Amino acid sequence: MSQASTEIVRISGHAGTVPGAGMNREFQVCKLVDTTTCIGCKACEVACLEWNGYTFTETTFDNTYQTMPETAWNYWNLIKFNEHEREDGSMMLLMRKDQCMHCEEPGCLEACPADAAIVQYANGIVDFQEAHCIGCGYCVTGCPFNIPKFSPEAHKVFKCTLCNDRVSVGLEPACIKACPTGCLHFGTKSEMKELAQTRADQLRDVSGFADAGVYDPPGVGGTHVIYVLHDAKNPQLYGGLPKDPHIPYSVWLWKKPLKWLGNLAMIGGIVGLALHYLRVGPKKEEPISPEDRRPS
Amino acid sequence: MSTTDTVPHSRTSTAFDEELIPRYTFGERVNHWFGAVTYIYLLMTGLAFWSPYLFWMAAVVGGGPTARFMHPWFGLLFTASLFWTFKEWRRDMQMDDDDRKWAHEIEAYINNEDEKLPPVGRFNWGQKLFFWGMLFSIILLLLSGVALWYTEALPWSLRYLRYAAVLVHASVALITIGLFLIHVYMSTILEEGSFGSMVHGNVTRAWAWTFHRKWYYQVTGRSQPKQ
Repeated sequence: MSQASTEIVRISGHAGTVPGAGMNREFQVCKLVDTTTCIGCKACEVACLEWNGYTFTETTFDNTYQTMPETAWNYWNLIKFNEHEREDGSMMLLMRKDQCMHCEEPGCLEACPADAAIVQYANGIVDFQEAHCIGCGYCVTGCPFNIPKFSPEAHKVFKCTLCNDRVSVGLEPACIKACPTGCLHFGTKSEMKELAQTRADQLRDVSGFADAGVYDPPGVGGTHVIYVLHDAKNPQLYGGLPKDPHIPYSVWLWKKPLKWLGNLAMIGGIVGLALHYLRVGPKKEEPISPEDRRPS
Repeated sequence: MSTTDTVPHSRTSTAFDEELIPRYTFGERVNHWFGAVTYIYLLMTGLAFWSPYLFWMAAVVGGGPTARFMHPWFGLLFTASLFWTFKEWRRDMQMDDDDRKWAHEIEAYINNEDEKLPPVGRFNWGQKLFFWGMLFSIILLLLSGVALWYTEALPWSLRYLRYAAVLVHASVALITIGLFLIHVYMSTILEEGSFGSMVHGNVTRAWAWTFHRKWYYQVTGRSQPKQ
């Protein structure tokens, strides 16, 4: 697991081949968040701040237990609360740990123009390299989960690293380490998928949650943070988890067809103008006709 | 002017043809080159953000973060330059019937058979198209650019503005690149005398007579001879 994060799969805005590709065997990591056993204690929020060196700042009260409305550039891990009334009139207090999902097909990386500002490692971690970030904010547009956040002070964008620094030396992420209920798990993608499925089956078969399931959205190629939800048919109930996340269509149009059409048009235009000159040559002034030289 | 604008016998016809006529004022030239410099900065930084293979252009103008920081400000400067041009030239840039006839015969222009074209005023149909194209483009670039400048200020509920902005900004920028390439090609190497006129401000009588005959009659006060 540890060496896997030294191998790079993709680099944003990078011309040419990727250094060190194919060095190691594939070994994908995954974080499992079981929303059904989360008690909303926010130990993970504190652990995240502690490990990543951010101080606890002022919170925003919005009539729930939530610390602030959404994650911030210096607050990468946030428990989202939602009081949900079910059809039978009973209440559920839904809690979901929100952070970067570490998509297999990351929209941030797709949109990023800066060479090596966003890196996807072979273990699945998508990490921002702030030293290379130019602060354009295209990643904010590319992300379907509202995760990258711009720092007005640094003029750079920050987000959860999945504790890449810990994972690369064989430790689990700080949030996992702090969780008191065991609703957070960390391991390989296949192990976590299996564990999540077992828990979802249990919820369905034993606890009476007919729609319980695992959230590993295929629209972004799967994610390296997966959820167990009581109601997998309505993920948006869990603090706005998108039902079918994918890279925004306009970002796709811009980065794929428009880019090729544009490049073709620019090169074609230059070639066309050069050919025009070779064919018809310059426009030269003509001598003024005799009747126009006459005094008027 | 018309009374003095004659050919004395002492002068040869070539000397008459090569006499200079002012075409662009000092202010117009300063504004043109101010716009040119700001546009080229925008082009280089914009292309750097457009393709990884052109990211080196950002390094040339001070590095990625600097390019990102300055691009919107240069956008405002270029907009100011274009708006000033609009204020000064908007009457010269109105399309008239001769322009529409000219546009119909554009093939002759492309093939350098200018003598087949209807007479042209201060600017021809293509120049007018370039001007209005740039003006409308800059308005769209400005609107989409604001959404990209302060991307983080747009809340998640307004993310569709971001989605529209990235697409509009890139598409319209490509249109301006097309206009820019044609403009630079025509005014530097295709039409001899054009580039100099934007440097020292003057053109020869023959140049004005060949390419902008209506304007030539107008500024020299000569009347158009009966056909």
